[in-house]
Amino acid sequence: MRSIRWLAGSITLVCALVFIFGVLKAEMATKLMLYLLICFFLSLYRILKGPTAADRSVATDILGILVIGFCAILAVYTGKGWYIDIAIAWALQSFIGTLALAKFLEGRHFDE
Amino acid sequence: MNETASLVFILVGISFDLFGCIGLIRLPDVYNRLQASTKCVTLGTCGILFGVFLRLGFSAGGVKALICIVFVLLTAPVAAHALAKGAHKYGVKLWERSVCDKYTEDKK
Amino acid sequence: MRYIRSRAITFTVSILLWLLLSFSLDWQHLLVGAFAALLVAWMMGDMFAGQPGKWLSPRRYGWFAFYMFVFAWECFKANIDVAYRVLSPRLPINPGIVKVKTTLKTETALTFLANFITLTPGTFSVDIEKESGYIYIHWIDVKTQNIEEASRIIVSKSERILKEVFE
Repeated sequence: MRSIRWLAGSITLVCALVFIFGVLKAEMATKLMLYLLICFFLSLYRILKGPTAADRSVATDILGILVIGFCAILAVYTGKGWYIDIAIAWALQSFIGTLALAKFLEGRHFDE
Repeated sequence: MNETASLVFILVGISFDLFGCIGLIRLPDVYNRLQASTKCVTLGTCGILFGVFLRLGFSAGGVKALICIVFVLLTAPVAAHALAKGAHKYGVKLWERSVCDKYTEDKK
Repeated sequence: MRYIRSRAITFTVSILLWLLLSFSLDWQHLLVGAFAALLVAWMMGDMFAGQPGKWLSPRRYGWFAFYMFVFAWECFKANIDVAYRVLSPRLPINPGIVKVKTTLKTETALTFLANFITLTPGTFSVDIEKESGYIYIHWIDVKTQNIEEASRIIVSKSERILKEVFE
């Protein structure tokens, strides 16, 4: 069962990569963003599915770090330098947000 | 030349991001997911930012990318540490085929 | 005296960060930056640089550069390790939480040790007990449950460097 799932997942992934980098006629920036978008969808799946609140918090943290890379790619390929400022501000804000989520998870223990 | 090097760094970075997110899907419990995804996504994002630095050089944008690398390297492990501690206090169990759990034994 | 020196170090670091972020030597930028850095130094006090004497010895900076080099190499190895575990079809993991003992004392050194553990192959710090020096570590591939053995495998390598840098 597990090997069948592994096979299906890897075939889907390879097909997506071949479509993005081989078939699609677009600029390099679009291809890179689509490649990063696969990561976004995987972590969004974990947010939707996650059995406990801790799983959802982890996926939110990872999504926050991915956005920094997305802003950096945008800064290069649009030529607008202020996207990097957004990336720095986003890094600090998502760190504080994750700390708040962690404190929330710790506090839930007491009111059971 | 510089553009090719930066493109290689960005592609390797996004590939590590992808491995981290696959780990987020495949691994069985919160701690394993946190472990795999934090490592891979931190280094992947640092790779993307380093590619951006190679492309922009020592200008205002490039130096900001370097500062952003330092911020990500300092904040991502601390956030992951806080989340792991919070998840354990929240009561998330380890995977049932885990070997040992010294933390729960000591806290009782 | 120690009061003024730790504030002076905070002021220097924050104005350097401001210069890198604004990236211009215009006198208006410098004026606003100096004002903001003064405010930060006055508000932080000696939270940032507790023992200012340590910031002035060049030997520590050399060891810190060596630490960064080791850290980058271990980080790269960790990513290859995670990629292998995640992509292999049989999912070769053997997880568990073990306990190790460290001899580091200062808070900065413990923070950097926890960061090092989190970004190196297979290990991830869950909790630190500062008084007794125990660290609880989630290990994705448990080789031993003995405290001394695990300490020797996981922390001893980085502990030696961090002791030179921060203590």
